[in-house]
Amino acid sequence: MTATHPEEADDIQALLWSGYNALPAATFLLLRIQDREAARAWLRKAPVTTIGHLSTHQATALQIALSANGLINLGIAESVVGGFAPEFLSGMATDEARSRRLGDVGANAPANWRWGAQGEPDVLLLLYAETAKLETQVAGIAATVKDSGFEVIGQLPTSDMGGKEPFGFVDGVSQPQIDWSGKRKPGTNADLDYGNLIVRGEFLLGYQNEYGQYTDRPLLPDAAGAALPRAEDQPGLRDLGRNGSYLVLRELHQDVRGFWRFMAAQTDAGRAETLAEHMIGRQLSGDPLLPLQATPIRGVGRDAADRARNQFTYDGDAEGARCPLGAHVRRANPRTGDMPGGQRGLIAWLIRTLGIGRPDLRADLMASSRFHRILRRGREFGTWVPPDTAMQPDCPDPQSGLQFLCLNANISRQFEFVQNAWLSSTKFDGLAGESDPVTGNRLPLRSGSATDGFSLPQQNGAARRLATVPAFVTVRGGGYFFLPGVRALRFLAQGD
Amino acid sequence: MVAAPIRPTQQAALSAMLDSMNSAPGRVDPGNTVLPFGRYDRLHVARFVILQDETLGDLAAYGTSFPNAPVWLVFLGDCDGAADDMLRDFATTAETGLRSIFAHCDEPPGTDLLDWMRKHFVPPAAQYVNWAGRTVQQIREEAALHDFLQDCLARDATLLTQPAVFVRDRLLAEAQHAGPALSPPAPTPPAWQRERLLWLLTTVLAAILLLPFLLVLSPLLLWQLRVRERADPVITPRPTAAHLAATSRLEDYDVTNPFSAFGSVKPGLFRLCTLLLVFRALEFSTRFIYTRGRLARVGTIHFARWVFLDNRRRLLFASNYDGSLDSYMDDFINKVAFGLNLVFSNGIGWPRTRFLLLGGASYEQEFKNFLHRHEVPTQVWYKAYPDLTASNLATNTQIREGLQREHMTEAEARRWLALI
Repeated sequence: MTATHPEEADDIQALLWSGYNALPAATFLLLRIQDREAARAWLRKAPVTTIGHLSTHQATALQIALSANGLINLGIAESVVGGFAPEFLSGMATDEARSRRLGDVGANAPANWRWGAQGEPDVLLLLYAETAKLETQVAGIAATVKDSGFEVIGQLPTSDMGGKEPFGFVDGVSQPQIDWSGKRKPGTNADLDYGNLIVRGEFLLGYQNEYGQYTDRPLLPDAAGAALPRAEDQPGLRDLGRNGSYLVLRELHQDVRGFWRFMAAQTDAGRAETLAEHMIGRQLSGDPLLPLQATPIRGVGRDAADRARNQFTYDGDAEGARCPLGAHVRRANPRTGDMPGGQRGLIAWLIRTLGIGRPDLRADLMASSRFHRILRRGREFGTWVPPDTAMQPDCPDPQSGLQFLCLNANISRQFEFVQNAWLSSTKFDGLAGESDPVTGNRLPLRSGSATDGFSLPQQNGAARRLATVPAFVTVRGGGYFFLPGVRALRFLAQGD
Repeated sequence: MVAAPIRPTQQAALSAMLDSMNSAPGRVDPGNTVLPFGRYDRLHVARFVILQDETLGDLAAYGTSFPNAPVWLVFLGDCDGAADDMLRDFATTAETGLRSIFAHCDEPPGTDLLDWMRKHFVPPAAQYVNWAGRTVQQIREEAALHDFLQDCLARDATLLTQPAVFVRDRLLAEAQHAGPALSPPAPTPPAWQRERLLWLLTTVLAAILLLPFLLVLSPLLLWQLRVRERADPVITPRPTAAHLAATSRLEDYDVTNPFSAFGSVKPGLFRLCTLLLVFRALEFSTRFIYTRGRLARVGTIHFARWVFLDNRRRLLFASNYDGSLDSYMDDFINKVAFGLNLVFSNGIGWPRTRFLLLGGASYEQEFKNFLHRHEVPTQVWYKAYPDLTASNLATNTQIREGLQREHMTEAEARRWLALI
């Protein structure tokens, strides 16, 4: 937290700025509103942590998010709620078409979820604390909200795995860097190449996004929303979205034993980790499988560690010889600019844009990563077991996984796109017969063709194809929430 | 495309009949009794759509209206060979089913079904084919070849470590010995060649005749365009949740989706002439430039067409694209916004453009709202090669071509092997 805090730091929940790494203990509470007035009263005063608070030591932190159901149950007018994004209003689980797009079918179907299948809980509380303090914090908050018109309908505990996710990989290695200064102008020639510096408006509502435009959000007339900030693009109106973000939560169960036993069964002794690293697309340490490039990448390199892990693209590995094309991190962020393959100069740009000549048919399949970035803030749960223990036949089920959590300003163009067009797509980058090696649901396509393969390109160009890769991850809950700015939160709680 | 107005009292019954051709919403039964698409091995894609135009009210922005606008039933598809041959084939082999569908139309077929379909045939103003001349048979054979070669590689792990040229020779030997049949490429029909040449000649001739006038008039035309672009109303309210649900419930069962959108052309001769010019240019590009896997930078479209209806008052856009609608729209915005603007900015309500090319589809939210709002549910949709994307088809073609080449260097063979 060396950089200076942004403007309006006191209005932005701190999760936008930090994953609270200094607070390794965390629990997420799912609440239902029972008494509207009491709930409003609590939300008006709730000690929500903002970026501004981070300039002093925080032993605990609280973040508050609301679902569309929650807004309605707080008594917010339909005309106001209707200004939020359609996917937020419809929710993650209750539209089958959305479930198909997200791959939430078969074992992942909402019908099998632990929570969220009938729609999002009203309110989501994220509690973070120093290890020794979580229990008291949770007990305190839980008792308070119970007395304040809420019912606690679920608690999602997390565990500290020391910066690794349950399979054993260092997690959260690559994140978009937010341009808090607001200086970056998107859409210039610099965007023809991959960049990691992304404008605020991709994560916060009320600011210009990567198109240089304002994402839809509820705007209110002056009289109705005097406590709210003015809308930057329409100063006559008040902006309920400003400094808020959409929060996507998904409970992902990871079959750690199945994962490592599969790796061991497919390889010679001692090679299991290498195979796993190729399926993930990074080393267990978090280091990339590709060499770093000499040229810096915009938005990479706030420190030496970041540079060592992120100063690369896949441009020099078009056939996937170093990092398989379908590897998890390559799918999650293909690191492409607006013009993959790099066309320079007006004539070359024109030829490329018009698609004349004999262009490489694959080069444009995944362009413009900058429109599809998410800020990941997930936490692990369950018991940590190291890979070699997980391979043993007598290893008990560690019941572990990830409370996947991400923030974005446009759920359909960011989270849903990444999940649908990149991760779970069985056709990513021209591949066939495989989806994400970690999160794919492995269900065959309509004609029965398999999707449970994985290709490992070899030196001679041919791919070694693994078949019948089991599903390693199962979705067991999830929802779409709105993480409001503090003024917006107080406004939503103020009542009639 | 065959199009006929539906008798208003019959629309619900027709809709129910179309539903009966699906095994479930969004999933056609290729062997359904009305029109068993799967039996026609020259048919790539086909659809039945009821063009219920929910945006007719937008005409009020121009102070006009379209009272008693017909609700069209359209039946369109893409096939190998001549469309008329396909229609004749349908009329002789599926007469009962087709009659039962068209019986819901204003003037149902009389004694001669083929004649009726010909009379109701509407040629497209422009169309796009992903890969000119690639037949359904070729697609299926190439897919089988890819599977066969993949199996060969999976059977013998030593092939993964041998030089690429050696591996290619081995695969070639195996394919000749036990691989799937590969028919020689279908000959290009002379009639098609003649038509293409004639089209080119008339287009060039028209261009030569028109160009001087257009050039001389260009300041005036540009001024007229800008006046209109500044004044034309933008109509992009968010589509209702019910409308979104009605379209999305039919989507994302295959890796490819159909898209059908319908709307009104801006009134007046200026916009109509612009549109006709643009379509001529578009048709030129799709006939002579974009014939190998891509429409400008977009490689995910199998077939697309633009068709006028109602004496060019309304326009239908129908396409078959890979992936979900959201990624399709993102592709449009990021790669071919200019191309969309050329055509659709002549439609009522399109986001504001500048000089026919700029703006428009670049306004993400307005553009997405517009497209969603004009989308009509594609009730019955068939594709002959489920689960294969345009990218897969291109790869399979490259694999076949590579296998049939006389000679390859090690580097070429390595790139070829990577396709498998």
